[in-house]
Parts: sequence; structure tokens; C-alpha cells
Amino acid sequence: MSSGIFDIIGPIMVGPSSSHTAGAARIAAVARQVSGSTPVQVEFYLHGSFAETYRGHGTDQALVGGILGLSPHNKDLARSMEMARKAGIKTEFHRIDLGDVHPNTVKIVMRSSDGSQSMVVGSSVGGGAITIHSVNQVRLEFTGEHPTLLTLHQDRPGVLASVTGALAEHNINIAFLKVLRQVRGIEASMVVETDGEISEVLLDQIRQVPGIRKAHYININRDEMRG
Amino acid sequence: MFSYTKGSDLINLCHSYDLTLPQVIIQADKEESGLTEDEIKMKMSNRLEVMRTSMTIGIEQNLTSKGGLIGGNAPKLYAYAGQARSGLTMAKAVAYALAVTEVSASMGIIVATPTAGSSGILPGVLRALEEDYSHTQDDIVDALLVAAGLGRIISINATLAGAEGGCQAECGSASAMAAAAAAHLAGGTPEQCLHAAAMALKGLLGLICDPVGGLVEVPCSKRNATAAANALICADMAMAGIQSFIPFDEVVEAMRSVADAMPAKFRETARGGCAATPTARDFATALPPLPPN
Repeated sequence: MSSGIFDIIGPIMVGPSSSHTAGAARIAAVARQVSGSTPVQVEFYLHGSFAETYRGHGTDQALVGGILGLSPHNKDLARSMEMARKAGIKTEFHRIDLGDVHPNTVKIVMRSSDGSQSMVVGSSVGGGAITIHSVNQVRLEFTGEHPTLLTLHQDRPGVLASVTGALAEHNINIAFLKVLRQVRGIEASMVVETDGEISEVLLDQIRQVPGIRKAHYININRDEMRG
Repeated sequence: MFSYTKGSDLINLCHSYDLTLPQVIIQADKEESGLTEDEIKMKMSNRLEVMRTSMTIGIEQNLTSKGGLIGGNAPKLYAYAGQARSGLTMAKAVAYALAVTEVSASMGIIVATPTAGSSGILPGVLRALEEDYSHTQDDIVDALLVAAGLGRIISINATLAGAEGGCQAECGSASAMAAAAAAHLAGGTPEQCLHAAAMALKGLLGLICDPVGGLVEVPCSKRNATAAANALICADMAMAGIQSFIPFDEVVEAMRSVADAMPAKFRETARGGCAATPTARDFATALPPLPPN
């Protein structure tokens, strides 16, 4: 858990649980942004304490709320199920054993209207803080505390330099950076956590970098979602 | 320059720069966050407004929690406060603390102080004091800063999560934060604020997290009530000149070592304490299960 004074007096949130409600909404908010738009079908696989106590904590409503783009302090979280139904979004909840992971972990599988599928696995680690463990089957790690750029790219020289160069051009400082190779010479991923927000223009520019196959931009902290 | 990780750091900074506790905590946050003093105070005022709204809703409405175990207790105590044997200010602080927990448990909007499960204690104590001792908005914001600074120290050196340290980490920390805030409002020195916090945390040391059915309802709501009362009486002891024999920083270390030794069944897993009683088990088995994958 981070230790700024507004993490101690905060976040502002819909109750009853910072881990089971606010954290759940934030994981789903990441999933929504990975999906790129509001999905038409979502399956939630709840592990451990999430599976045991989801109903009394409104974990299910918080997850669906996050998918709809509602922040953890939006009063509408309590009626997210009805909102999803009206929007024609199909949601399903299942229990799953994901093995040796944090007790509050959820796997979210989404299908978009164009048929594409995406997946996010994340844990709610306390006080509303989260850790994302995997995106579209790629194992990685980030917290959503910072604006975050995720890439899937060809494993070859220069891709990292081009991406960091583009960020530098827009005067955006990198707070944390990880490069993960999946298959040598074929496929790798990058997790870039920045201090500044990444604009649509810059994101397009990054998507044009030779070797970049996919780039997702995750920013769940707008509108005081957490801090 | 103003960075602190211990209570002793805060005291030293107050003396070195001849500043009050909230001033030191603001200076440190300015350095850390890049926000201006006005921005920090504004942000804290906004949170105070959310706290006030949650207390008003909890006092005025007979809420029912999502799990169905609590609700309507805050209005009852508020109506009785004038006859309370513990005194009006005490009874109001406790009623307000109950109010926030009832709002939170019915999926209303609250401020986690420091967590949602312990969100009634600090607002309840501050509002009762604000009403009965005519403190200004600025005074209350300063008191919130004191609470935030001490909570930050606990989060760095121990934990604020029930899943890691039991209820001592949530309600214990919140009570320590509220005790220091109350001592500050009463005109206490930085040392008195830390004595108040140390005594409050000692009083709740070892408290387990045993939520019935895994819900943040029983015994959580009423633990907010007793932790609010604990905060007020510890602030009074400190203002009367009573000192904690064990310094605040060492009490925080003690809380961490108790947390490290605490069995998993007492850390929010709903497998021990109140959660393992026959009444709790009957309730838990009535909860609808989730379909398997």
C-alpha cells in the first residue's frame, strides 16, 4: 500500500470494502481499457476471498461498474447490474482456483462487438490498491497508479528506443519501465509507467513505430479515481 | 528535507523548524506530491465534505446493510445521546462513527480513513468535537492532516490492512489517528498528540479481524464505535498530562510484530473469533454460493 497522506485519508469510495469493492472496480476499469471499448460479454472468474464473500461486499457490482467505466466513488456502482442489462452487456460470474495467487484475485474475460477477445488477471491487495498480473495471456505486473503504456512488439533492436524517444519528444517522464521477452526475435512486451498522461496523438505515433503490434493505454486515475 | 517515517522524526521536525504537526505534515507532502499548500488543504477539505455527507445520511436514514446484519443503529444512539451516561460529545462521536459504517455497508459513498472497514472512527470523533467545541473548518483540516501523518507512519512501519494485521491494523490505527487529531484540536503539543496515539493503539493491540460471513458489518460497525470512544478518552488522558510509557514508534513496531505472529484465521478470513461462533456460522451457510467454473 502506498503511503501518501491521501492514501491514508482516502480514497473516496463506495463501500463497504476498499479491497473487495474499490479494488475490484479498479481491476475492472483496467480490463475495460484493455478491451478498448465497453465489451458486449464479460465473464468474471473469482478466486479465494473474492469468490467466498463477493455478494456481501458488492464485488460483483463493483466489477460490472468498472467494466461500464464507473469510478470506485460513483454512487451508480450499486445499480451497475441493471445498467449493464439495459446496455445489452452479458455478464457471468464463476468460481475458480487460480492456484498460489493473492486471495482477492479475479480473471476477467471480455468479448467485444467485433468478436475480439481480451483477458485481464488482477489482485486487490489492500486499501483499494491493485496489481495486474496478466493481460491477454502475457504475464506482466503493474499497479495502475500511473498512466501505463502496454505494448506487444517484435523482439528486435530499436523498438524500445523509438517508444521512449516518442515519450521524450512529448516531454513525458518514465517512472517505471519493464521489458519482457516472450519469444526471442519474435515477440516481447513492454510496461511503461509514466508521470504524465499519454495523448491520443502520441499513442497513435507509438502504434506507428516499426515492430509495434499492439499498444494499450491504461489510465484509471482520471477524475480522482484513487488519489 | 521534511521527510519522515517515524513519530520521532515528526517531533524533531516540529522543534527544528518551530512548526506545528500539521505544518510539518503539509511541508512533507508538498515535497512528495508536488502539490501546493492550498491544493493539499483544498483536497483535504473535499474529503471532509464527503465525510460530513456520509455522517448526515447515516444519522438521518434507517439504512439496511447489503448483508442485512446492520443498519439503523446510528439514529438510535443519536436520539439517545442527550441521556448518554458517557456524555453528549462521546455519544455523538460514537453515533457518527456508526453512521459512516452503516452508509459504507449499504454501498454509500465514504472516505476510507484509513480503510473502509474503519471509516467511522476519525470522522465521528472530529465532527462531535467540531460541534461541541466550535472548531473552525481550518482546525478540522489541520486535525485531519495530523491523523494522516500518523496513519502514514503506521502504514510505513506496520500495516493498515486487516488481512495482514487484523483489526488492530484497521480500527487500532484509525483510533490512534483520531486520538492524535483530537489531542491536536484540544491544543495539545506534538508530544501529547503522539502519547494519545500511542495509548489508543496500545488499547486495541492484538485485536483480531473476524468479520461474520466475511462481510464488513459484524463486528466491524460496533468496533468503530468503541474505537472512537477509545480515541477520545486517550486524547483526554494525554491532555491531562498522562504519558504513554511505551513511545508511539515502539507501539507501532509492537503492532507489526503481533501482526506477523497472528494466525491467518484472525486476519479477515472469517474463520476465527466472532466469525466462527454458531450464530455467525448459521448466517454464513445461508449466504448464496457462487456457481463453480
